[in-house]
Amino acid sequence: MLTEKPPQHAAAPGTVVPERATLEVRGLAAGYGGPLVLRSVSLQILERQVTAIIGPSGCGKSTLIRCLNRMHEVLPGATLEGEILLDGRDVMGLDPVLLRRQVGMVFQRPNPFPSMSIFDNVAAGLVLNGVRDRALVAEKVEGSLRAAALWDEVKDKLKAPGVGLSGGQQQRLCIARALAVEPRALLLDEPCSALDPIATGRIEELLLEIKKTLTLCIVTHNMQQAARVSERTAFMLMGELVEVGPTDTIFTKPSDKKTEDYITGRFG
Amino acid sequence: MAVTAVLTWQLAVNSALTWKQFGWSFLWSSTWDPVREVYGALPFIYGTAVSSGLALLLAVPIGVGCAIFLVELAPKRVAEICAFIIELLAAVPSVILGLMGIFVLVPVVRAVEPGLTAGLGWLPLFQGEPYGVGMLTAGLILSLMVLPYITVISREVLLAVPRSLKEAMLALGATRWETVMKVSLPYARPGIAGAVFLALGRALGETMAVTMVIGNTPQIKASLLAPGYSMASVIANELAEASSDEHLHSLIAIGLVLLGISLVVNAAARAMIGLLERRA
Ligand SMILES: Nc1ncnc2c1ncn2[C@@H]1O[C@H](COP(=O)(O)OP(=O)(O)O)[C@@H](O)[C@H]1O
Ligand SMILES: [Mg+2]
Repeated sequence: MLTEKPPQHAAAPGTVVPERATLEVRGLAAGYGGPLVLRSVSLQILERQVTAIIGPSGCGKSTLIRCLNRMHEVLPGATLEGEILLDGRDVMGLDPVLLRRQVGMVFQRPNPFPSMSIFDNVAAGLVLNGVRDRALVAEKVEGSLRAAALWDEVKDKLKAPGVGLSGGQQQRLCIARALAVEPRALLLDEPCSALDPIATGRIEELLLEIKKTLTLCIVTHNMQQAARVSERTAFMLMGELVEVGPTDTIFTKPSDKKTEDYITGRFG
Repeated sequence: MAVTAVLTWQLAVNSALTWKQFGWSFLWSSTWDPVREVYGALPFIYGTAVSSGLALLLAVPIGVGCAIFLVELAPKRVAEICAFIIELLAAVPSVILGLMGIFVLVPVVRAVEPGLTAGLGWLPLFQGEPYGVGMLTAGLILSLMVLPYITVISREVLLAVPRSLKEAMLALGATRWETVMKVSLPYARPGIAGAVFLALGRALGETMAVTMVIGNTPQIKASLLAPGYSMASVIANELAEASSDEHLHSLIAIGLVLLGISLVVNAAARAMIGLLERRA
């Protein structure tokens, strides 16, 4: 399937707002120099919704979202074909540096900068953007930490190193860091896979909060998580996108047998 | 450790005459005159410090720059070939480097020195006759000698910077250069500092190549073009023909000072590397 069918369902029943795709992938093929890891993937990531990508390990979920902000191409040997659109514009025509300020990313393992304090971690992107005004930086750092539900825990130790926090706090710090540059969209690659259930719950809560202002795409191998946080779910298998649709449809009456096998646990 | 202690003890015993006669002033007296039996180590300490300092001044930026190029910019094949060549350079015996210094570097330096004097002669650093041999040449040859150490070790520590950290910075919209400056170098800093100290230790103790090009004149001149002398060189040159016990003891006293400095530098290097490992 080269082009995705337009989504059949509205975000929430009763809304008539037309759904816009913040990010769109058309006929994407990608690899690392060897056999293709992604083949003819087409997907829309809709504005101010959470799109979950599920699928067994190694099916290409990380590769797919790394294509979206052109982080794929920083790996040696990486290849990519097809179209990726941000608000309808081909991202290949954009400066990757500017693209990544619009499309932020949170990684599987929390990765705060070890040489920086909590404050400096969040401010890092602003500094890159050339924001010099200290008051403005402080204001945005606080705003981002609040949005990432971390402010109350760290407001008294902003000068402490970011790596001194717990795993869950570190991941929220990374979310705050990504939010500080006010991206259009945020990509999260299994952000909770290294965290305990309580820390996971806090992150899921904050995702539901921040999706009010930005577009989210979350990779997860935890199907309950996909069900809890996402409006739409895409199921991938062996480098192909099998099916995408509203999350409840995918989980209750998937149209593809492979999806059904996977979600009912007969697979992977 | 025990070996070092025995060594120190031996050097101390065999330089006792000098310490008795001149005391601490041995370290800051600048006259070295075996004929009149007046001995001061300052010209040699100065020569070692200046030539080594000059070497680091040149080799650290170039070596770290090369390492950044090899890790971040060069295609993998090119990087591997370059790294191999640089490691070969580290294996060149220092007497060969010294020969190269005499046959290549000295004539080149002699040719450019008038230009330096003309252009920068208002600085005391670049005044005087263009001999070709001197502090500048010694610094150049030493920098060539320590460059591989700095490049190879810096490359290793830069390679050890976790990819996840570099990707985090890139994903924030940093350029490659910004990622190097804000992530890679801060992470690698203790390792690079360790490399610098190791290189310094190497430069301080280097004897042969320096002896061949430094000019072997015990004097303290502000100009880098002037000939000088180093601690290791004077020991190597004069030990065999030391005319008196005082002369011999003074040379060994210089050895003791050199050993002390080297140990301090080495300890600093270890501390730096330990710091890196603890964090990793
Ligand atoms: N850096 C890489 N170099 C080569 N192959 C890779 C690299 N990263 C991932 N792959 C391969 O690409 C495929 C998809 O990987 P990935 O996108 O990480 O899957 P997922 O995130 O769904 O587990 C796997 O077969 C994996 O082995
Ligand atoms: Mg993955």
